[in-house]
Amino acid sequence: MKHRTFFWFFLPTGLAMLLFIAAPIVSVVLQSVFAPHEPVLITAQTCTPFSCTEETTIDQEATRALREAKPLGRFVGLDIYFNRGHLATAEVAEAWRTSDNLTAFFHELGDLPFYRAMAFTLTYTFTVTPLLIIIGMAIALAVNTLAQKLKGVVIFFSLLPMIVTPLVGSLIMFWMIDNRGVLGNFLSWLVSDPDLSVKASTGLMWISLIVYGIWHSAPFAFVVFYAGLQTLPEDQIEAAQIDGASRWQQVRYIVVPHLMPLVTFVALIQLMDNFRVFEPIVGFNAAAHATSLSWIIFNDLGGETRQLSAAAATSVMTIIGVAILLSPVLVRTWRDFKGKM
Amino acid sequence: MASKTLRAPFSLRLLTSGFIVFWLILAAFPFVWTLWGSFKVELDFFSIADWTNALTGYNTERTYGSPFTGVGYHGAWVQEEFWRAVINTGIVCLFVVCTSLTIGTLGGYALSRSAFRYTFWLLIIALIFRAMPPITLVSGYLLPFFEWNVWGILPTTIIVLVAINQPFTLWMLHSFFQNIPKELDESAKVDGCTQFQAFRWVIVPVMWPGVITTGLFSFLLAYNDFAVTSMLLSESNRTMVPEIAAFLGTTYTEGNVMFAVAAVVSATAPLFILVMFFQRQIVSGLTAGAVKG
Repeated sequence: MKHRTFFWFFLPTGLAMLLFIAAPIVSVVLQSVFAPHEPVLITAQTCTPFSCTEETTIDQEATRALREAKPLGRFVGLDIYFNRGHLATAEVAEAWRTSDNLTAFFHELGDLPFYRAMAFTLTYTFTVTPLLIIIGMAIALAVNTLAQKLKGVVIFFSLLPMIVTPLVGSLIMFWMIDNRGVLGNFLSWLVSDPDLSVKASTGLMWISLIVYGIWHSAPFAFVVFYAGLQTLPEDQIEAAQIDGASRWQQVRYIVVPHLMPLVTFVALIQLMDNFRVFEPIVGFNAAAHATSLSWIIFNDLGGETRQLSAAAATSVMTIIGVAILLSPVLVRTWRDFKGKM
Repeated sequence: MASKTLRAPFSLRLLTSGFIVFWLILAAFPFVWTLWGSFKVELDFFSIADWTNALTGYNTERTYGSPFTGVGYHGAWVQEEFWRAVINTGIVCLFVVCTSLTIGTLGGYALSRSAFRYTFWLLIIALIFRAMPPITLVSGYLLPFFEWNVWGILPTTIIVLVAINQPFTLWMLHSFFQNIPKELDESAKVDGCTQFQAFRWVIVPVMWPGVITTGLFSFLLAYNDFAVTSMLLSESNRTMVPEIAAFLGTTYTEGNVMFAVAAVVSATAPLFILVMFFQRQIVSGLTAGAVKG
């Protein structure tokens, strides 16, 4: 295809991505180094015959003029990144100096919004991803032994948790684990503690979020592995059977190695997707116990005061986090491409 | 299959079936439970006294004389005007899917037919864009959108969702077009067609399976989105998902949780139907990327 023809074919989609993905990223980076203008203050002296008082008021006119002249705000460099709402370098240094041991230090860190969010996001990402792979693999192996007619039905029901709107799915779960809901009741009965409430306990809330995450993403792993199982090398399995390999050995030494590229694929995709965990926190109303970077951005943007600069700084840090998780995928794609050349 | 000739021992078969039944309950029970409970009053759906109330509808029967009631649905659809949100979702999804497929098909086709090095880099950039969480982009949209006075209306959201959709659409369609033999459109060009004519008359008639699969995923993205729609739409233009989130803010205080439950069930129903009819396409779409990569 000629360059010219390619250009015209690619123009609409390229333009859409340029204007609404690339430009916003630039705009986010810009916003994160500018802070809103301070209101312009004027001090007026009003004198009565007996005394003079100084009065400070906001000069609305001048403030508006300043905001219009420089809509981005005043340049503050990387200040926003290091303030208390983000990396909080001063507070971290302070905590390091004053705490006697590591436990106390981490306890102090837990009070800073950014580190609190990171703690949950990373725990979530690195527990949900391996568990959903193991469970997805188990479902795929089990479904593969079923009769053909049953498979379709099982796949239909398995797809539901993944296809459902994340916010809706998490609400459905949340209503069940509510202490007046069916699962909440069941849990109370199980530990015979009528006052048990998932909503009130940080640990239980984390566990519920993680369980939700697995419930939501295991079907994806299942479908991918199930497709992989359809291309199993029959002759190798037969050879192993003749050699007297047990069922477990067949799975361990033939099936799992055969699916390994798919496991890497699912792991890479899911690491990125779980890192941006967001809807479950809204659905579970869990902000008191668990937050994530995406949730912080959402929280800053919403509400009465839209804190655009704060949100932009968190966005940039999220993008950096995603980029780190994305790098292995890029390296892999690059190698594939080189292989094809 | 070879492994079937050797019948699995009874214990293993029992374990496998047990595990599948367990998974099916895990996957389907929450939906069944919520659907059943949506026809009850709040005291039954959230029952601290006796959980079987949710099954029998004890309080529902006492209030309305029948174990089922449509009060939640009436409250959500009529009183809170959930139908507006449904219409908005319909509009957004329709336009997002159509626009995104039209421009995505052209782009994906071009990427699959050009052998130059920059196609690889364009695909890599698309991959990077695909990984960006939409909420990080939203903070970049707000300021310009306020400035140009386009915040809060449906067309803006549609364009944004189309753009966010593009990277995925491009990857998906690119791999589908690569499976269509190049000889088809090349012979058309030899016969005197321009590239576009070759695309229009030779490729378009055979591309539908891939386009339908991609369209399904575009639809799901637009339908399920919460970050973009909740931030970019004004109150009167809300689609279903942000509307449900808004219900929660008001209903917890007013004691009308059942409105939200009914709305949630209403929003899930179309997805059920979608999976029922397009199960095969969804599965093939999910595996298309995986088996290649």
